[in-house]
Amino acid sequence: MDNMITLTIDGVSVEVPQGTNVLEAARKAGVHIPTLCYLKDINEIGACRMCVVDTGARALQAACVLPATNGMVVKTNTPAIRKYRKTLLELVLSAHDQKCLSCIRSTNCELQRLCRELGVENGDAFKGVQNEYAIDDVSPAIVRDNNKCIVCRRCVAVCQKVQKVGVIGPVMRGFKTAIESPWGLKLNDMACINCGQCITACPVGALHEKDDTAKVWAALQDPSKHVVVQPAPAVRAALGEEFGIPMGTSVTGKMVSAMKRLGFDKVFDTDFGADLTILEEANELVERVTNGGVLPMITSCSPGWIKFCETYYPDFIPNLSSCKSPHEMVGAMVKSYYADKAGIDAKDIVVVSVMPCTAKKFEAARPELGHNGLADVDIVITTRELARMIKEAGINFNLLPDGDFDSLMGESTGASVIFGATGGVMEAALRTAYETITGETLEKVDFEAVRGTAGIKEATIKAGDLDVSVAVCSSTGKAAEVLDAVRRGEKNYTFIEVMACPGGCVNGGGQPIVDADTRASVDVRAVRASALYGEDAGKPIRKSHENPEIKQIYADFLGKPGSHRSHELLHTTYQKREKYTD
Amino acid sequence: MSEMESKYAELRQIIEAHKDWPGALMPVLQGAQELFGCVPEDVQKIIAEGLGVTLAEVYGVATFYAQFSLQPKGEYVISVCLGTACYVKGSQAVLDKLSEELGIPVGTTTPDGKFTLQATRCLGACGLAPVMTVNSDVYGRMTPDQVHDVIVKYRPEA
Ligand code: SF4
Ligand code: SF4
Ligand code: SF4
Ligand code: FES
Repeated sequence: MDNMITLTIDGVSVEVPQGTNVLEAARKAGVHIPTLCYLKDINEIGACRMCVVDTGARALQAACVLPATNGMVVKTNTPAIRKYRKTLLELVLSAHDQKCLSCIRSTNCELQRLCRELGVENGDAFKGVQNEYAIDDVSPAIVRDNNKCIVCRRCVAVCQKVQKVGVIGPVMRGFKTAIESPWGLKLNDMACINCGQCITACPVGALHEKDDTAKVWAALQDPSKHVVVQPAPAVRAALGEEFGIPMGTSVTGKMVSAMKRLGFDKVFDTDFGADLTILEEANELVERVTNGGVLPMITSCSPGWIKFCETYYPDFIPNLSSCKSPHEMVGAMVKSYYADKAGIDAKDIVVVSVMPCTAKKFEAARPELGHNGLADVDIVITTRELARMIKEAGINFNLLPDGDFDSLMGESTGASVIFGATGGVMEAALRTAYETITGETLEKVDFEAVRGTAGIKEATIKAGDLDVSVAVCSSTGKAAEVLDAVRRGEKNYTFIEVMACPGGCVNGGGQPIVDADTRASVDVRAVRASALYGEDAGKPIRKSHENPEIKQIYADFLGKPGSHRSHELLHTTYQKREKYTD
Repeated sequence: MSEMESKYAELRQIIEAHKDWPGALMPVLQGAQELFGCVPEDVQKIIAEGLGVTLAEVYGVATFYAQFSLQPKGEYVISVCLGTACYVKGSQAVLDKLSEELGIPVGTTTPDGKFTLQATRCLGACGLAPVMTVNSDVYGRMTPDQVHDVIVKYRPEA
């Protein structure tokens, strides 16, 4: 193969494509070089210098920004390099609060791990006066604690380059450099979309979700409350990672058992809500297509995306599907349909959603998402928070038997479970819309063209005489590209799926955090998605409209998709938002 | 057109002229600093919108280089250190007294343009805590009752 070069790293000869950096070449040679600021493809700025290597040049060089060249001889582990790295770590620690015991990232922190591996414990070697920062916890979703920030800028790169939001950046210089919003504003005053991608990019405990577990414990403790829980599709594809179960393993049954042991009164499934969403959304699509409604229609399940659209692309608000997101639909049904059936006053019901997503915390607090003065969903916790609760309760997750969801809203189809991966909502909607449009049975339910982790996917699906042209994008940055093309009139679609997080919910901002090393060698999005596609393939029913509990809820309560009652309970509205609130 | 309006018009021209360059932010900020004597929030927002970059980027550059100031500064800039050492030794009380004496909140400038009062992070003179500076003059071991005497040095009529 041409364009391959050969170099030697710590005596190991390795062949890599031209343009590979020395850090990745070393990975291929089986040599681990420590890093802090490097996040493959996202943040390659050579800022922290933890990855220095010796190439015989006069000074040590940062491997993450050093292109490998043919015949290069690299040493990664000399006494001088070890000393250099230790000194660097001591410097980092001297400006760090070092409160590991109480830190949310303890045992899952890249800084802590490096200190352990390199034997650095003296955080006072360069003791000066440490900057002290107030913790920004005003946002409903994201907490920033700059006392732990090592100014690696991984969060900045994600927010700016991947999400094209850019509400945080380095301010000041030198020792005073901090990652903040302009003018000392809180994240909540900025047009932050609450996606949490900055959290999962952060190597340390400087960014984390707003912890709402105390509210859940309190509800579970309160005998006057009937507490209903529902997990999103993507949660089951990643929760196991928090308990040492290999990535890509679906842990649905254990998750349900854990929820029952935690004391929830009912365990319903957001997957049921996903099936419900598909019925409403496919119906809306068919209506728009046949009655000359606004097209392209754009999905509305991802609250990070919704806030992005309301703020940066408000001209597309009429294109947004009016469907509430699946967990909001379940919440609305719990407090109406289920409350009636069970004979419980809706006021006494607490709906807890377990989501792969931090933006759902913001979504649940939207005043329009409720009915009769009651919010559809009362508390949102992330996958990480659920794991914390399970650990706190002393439940041995790995030994749990498989449990079953409770009936009424516990049945789900293969179509709903793939909601957690980019392209999944589109595929699920197509399975139902195809049959609605053509009146024929869809034999082959797999729409391969909309699968995979590419940021933008396009396809044209034939449904009878109709050509349905679709686009699927994940990350708001990719959504912006697609919408710009639509605005310029270069692209014409019938239906667009947008997920705010790259790869969809499996890679959401509330999911277990994967360190930079693992992210460089494993496509987390694809591995987690494989768990969901595996579940889909194994389900006896794979089309949302064939879910028996869905049929029942329409027969008993909702009438038909798009009915008056559906509109009242399952649909919502959006509002234009300003970029700066002042 | 008022003077202010013509300045904004000029700012827009500067933005237009640099718009399609890579690295346009620096020359545009320099132009704005010359025009307005500082780069306040509304000016930064206009630059961000005009160049299609985020406010975070504009603000980051504006705070990185000492040549830019965020608001018009008074003739004398009084800085009180709120770093740990100074804070522990009572610099907050000194700051409060200054604010009272000058009749302005922290972070602002007196209406006569004479004094800007600001709190800072550690100034690196912890041995003299609590520390304040007036432009380049350093005052160490400050107490609230010394505040008046210091101000009078710079505004004899007070
Ligand atoms: S961020 Fe890491 S090193 Fe810092 S306190 Fe938390 S666990 Fe410890
Ligand atoms: S939550 Fe998303 S939008 Fe908000 S700062 Fe983090 S990456 Fe940016
Ligand atoms: S908040 Fe985290 S990701 Fe952002 S710069 Fe600080 S340490 Fe890095
Ligand atoms: S400089 Fe290479 S990892 Fe930070």
